[in-house]
Amino acid sequence: MSRSWIRLLSAATLLAAVPLPALAQAPKSGGALQVVVTPEPPMLMQGLNQNGPTNMIAGNIYESLLRYDEKLQPMPSLAKSWEISPDQTVYTFRLQEGVTWHDGKPFTADDVVFTLDKFLREVHPRWRPIVNGQVKAIEKVDDLTVRVSLKQPFGPFLLSQEVASAPIVPKHVYEGTDYRANPANNTPVGTGPMKFGEWRKGSFVKLVRNESYWDKGRPYLDEMYFQFIPDAAARATAYETGRVDVLTGGAVEIFDVARLAKLPNTCVTTKGWEMFAPHAWVSVNLKNGILGNKQFRKAMMHAIDREFGRDVVWSGYGRIPTGPISSKTKFYSNDGVPTYSYDPKKAKELVAASGYKGEVIRFLGLPYGETWSRWAEAIKQNFEEVGIKMEIVSTDVPGWTQRTSNFDFDLTFNFLYQLGDPATGVARSYVSSNIVKGNPFGNVGQYSNPEVDRLFAEAAVAPAEKRQELYTRVQQILADDLPVLWLLELDFPTVHRCNVKDLVSTAVGINDSAKNVWKQ
Amino acid sequence: MLRFLLSRFAKGIVVLLAIAILNFFLIRLAPGDPAVVMAGEAGAADQAFLDQLRTRFGLDRPLVEQLGIYLKGIASLDLGFSYRQNRSVASLIGERLPATLLLTGTAFAISLGLGILFGALAAARAGRPADTLITLGALVFYATPLFWIALMSQIVFSLKLGLVPNVGYETIGAGHTGFARALDIGHHLILPALTLGLFFTALYARMMRASMLETAGADYVRTARAKGVGPAAVTRRHVARNAVLPVVTLAGLQAGQIVGGAVLTETVFAWPGIGRLMFEALAQRDYQVLLGVFFVSSAMVVGFNILTDLVYRLVDPRIEAGA
Repeated sequence: MSRSWIRLLSAATLLAAVPLPALAQAPKSGGALQVVVTPEPPMLMQGLNQNGPTNMIAGNIYESLLRYDEKLQPMPSLAKSWEISPDQTVYTFRLQEGVTWHDGKPFTADDVVFTLDKFLREVHPRWRPIVNGQVKAIEKVDDLTVRVSLKQPFGPFLLSQEVASAPIVPKHVYEGTDYRANPANNTPVGTGPMKFGEWRKGSFVKLVRNESYWDKGRPYLDEMYFQFIPDAAARATAYETGRVDVLTGGAVEIFDVARLAKLPNTCVTTKGWEMFAPHAWVSVNLKNGILGNKQFRKAMMHAIDREFGRDVVWSGYGRIPTGPISSKTKFYSNDGVPTYSYDPKKAKELVAASGYKGEVIRFLGLPYGETWSRWAEAIKQNFEEVGIKMEIVSTDVPGWTQRTSNFDFDLTFNFLYQLGDPATGVARSYVSSNIVKGNPFGNVGQYSNPEVDRLFAEAAVAPAEKRQELYTRVQQILADDLPVLWLLELDFPTVHRCNVKDLVSTAVGINDSAKNVWKQ
Repeated sequence: MLRFLLSRFAKGIVVLLAIAILNFFLIRLAPGDPAVVMAGEAGAADQAFLDQLRTRFGLDRPLVEQLGIYLKGIASLDLGFSYRQNRSVASLIGERLPATLLLTGTAFAISLGLGILFGALAAARAGRPADTLITLGALVFYATPLFWIALMSQIVFSLKLGLVPNVGYETIGAGHTGFARALDIGHHLILPALTLGLFFTALYARMMRASMLETAGADYVRTARAKGVGPAAVTRRHVARNAVLPVVTLAGLQAGQIVGGAVLTETVFAWPGIGRLMFEALAQRDYQVLLGVFFVSSAMVVGFNILTDLVYRLVDPRIEAGA
């Protein structure tokens, strides 16, 4: 037996003697992670701006009281534990000990009370309706305990503490200042695992390891760089040439993902969107002529080949929805919910029965890239096959926002985050109290049904067991009324090097901190 | 001469004022405003949120009052404040200016140098293979969309051959300083500068060739030859010097646009210049930044036009100051 065979055998024997858990790789500290985000965010102060790129970067700087696993179960973050009173109206959060802000000042319950009761109440459009509508008081019990008292039980309250919805900000930096003009907005101060390092406008943001992070041993990375590359094809090439390690969801066109996935040391994951569960649909302006006719809307739904949309336009990513609530979101049900198959023959019959006289329907395109343009073209073709005339109107992002906010469209794409609970992420698109100009993510189709309003209102504050029953009924009514045409539960695949480990470990994925991420 | 300069400056200021007012109203014709964009980005909005932003951006004031504030600002060389980015417009422009000047300046030098050289060469070899080759090359580069050349060059020279980086201004995270950093930036500059430069090279070469051929047939050139001036001297003193005038005009116009950046090139190559700043400000309806970039680039165009007139006089003494 040659010497090398003996060595190999010895090594194999030794390896077999090692207990299995010891073989699991321990995270390794060090290294820099290069991430592409697009577009460049206007600022990194997450309390004041919650667009996607801001969250992906600032989610490492700021923290909230809780994090959530992929089943949307709360996990400790700045709150190490929490208690809920038996009547579900009082939430007591016990905070982590030894937490400091990035400027060295201690983090206490005063920061939490200031953030939730004052700062976010004033500036955060998602937190404001919760705190104004549901919260009675937010009080400091002691330096490490905060008590939130609700006016009544509010089902989604525990899910509302995700970092983009409720980032905790430093009271000593913001109290008594003009929040939006505070110079610290350019050099954010948080408690998170990474600290702000540098921002070279037009190039990158650099974050550095927070050596004083309260969760000892973390983070593993020394540095993170978030690069801004405006062109989708150039972003793909930047990954291929090794310039970046991670292409965040939407960074490359979805039809490019399959090609990139075949590259060596490349992994693709669709995890990390369980909380947001982006739900795509065609908004229908119910006040515009024939679009108010339910038969015509049903005709459109049967005319659209949603499987083609998913399999071809979205390269097989996503799931066909049954109604307003995503299958990833709590209280989803398809029990007794009407379904709509691709059926051009039936669509033609419904078009004829609806009284449609051949008027041109204006479809306002969503200017979020080539995939959405292709999808609009596919729907136009579907409609023409059943005799519906459609014209695609192009615009840029501000134009889309303005026109959608002002109800100046016939049909348009939209997709909204469901935020884990129908009360916060779904109801807003269907309740009549949200028919308000100025908000592209409100009830822009102007759907009004008192029964739906009542069910959503009751379900938000009902005991957990009653909520499912109420939301099932809402799904049945809405799927029959078709205020919008649901198209796809979107998946945003993240492409990354396989040696980047634990990139996604919560329900908000790369929008959350990279405290667990390490490079092999 | 002084009177000429004063008159040109006075006209320039009037032009700049007119451009500033026109830009102010023009960008407000586009749908949406900064508040609407930020509302869209927030994923939720209510009237209180929009009102807060509009008050902060000064958009709740009458349009004429907003114009007055803007004009008063630029009269004191204050380009305003970007509330979206929480920074002064001057600092935003100043931060991007070096990258833009480096890219457009290099491309300008490449295009002017190579354009005049190839144009003169093609004219001297008119009808021969060298002329055909140069003319064909110029036509291809002039007719091909810039973004396509940019993307193809990334695939060929960066991805396939691995010669140069495909995007960016420098190697991010490398921590280069001093000369090493300058070299790194130079390495990143190659693709965007050549891509942008070749487009204008083609333009100058075509113009120089046509101008040379036209001038070569002029009476005074024939006279010079009849007087016994050698071919090289005729080309240098009589043909090239006169033929270069249209090229100077074009170069003056291009130089004026240097500060405006090259939107397409900067976007495809992720070059952190003013062109991208302007494009992103447009997409975000960041009015103050947009107006600031427009104003600075307009001022440069006006300034370079005046400079071009002066260069004209140096190249061709027949042009009078008042002409």
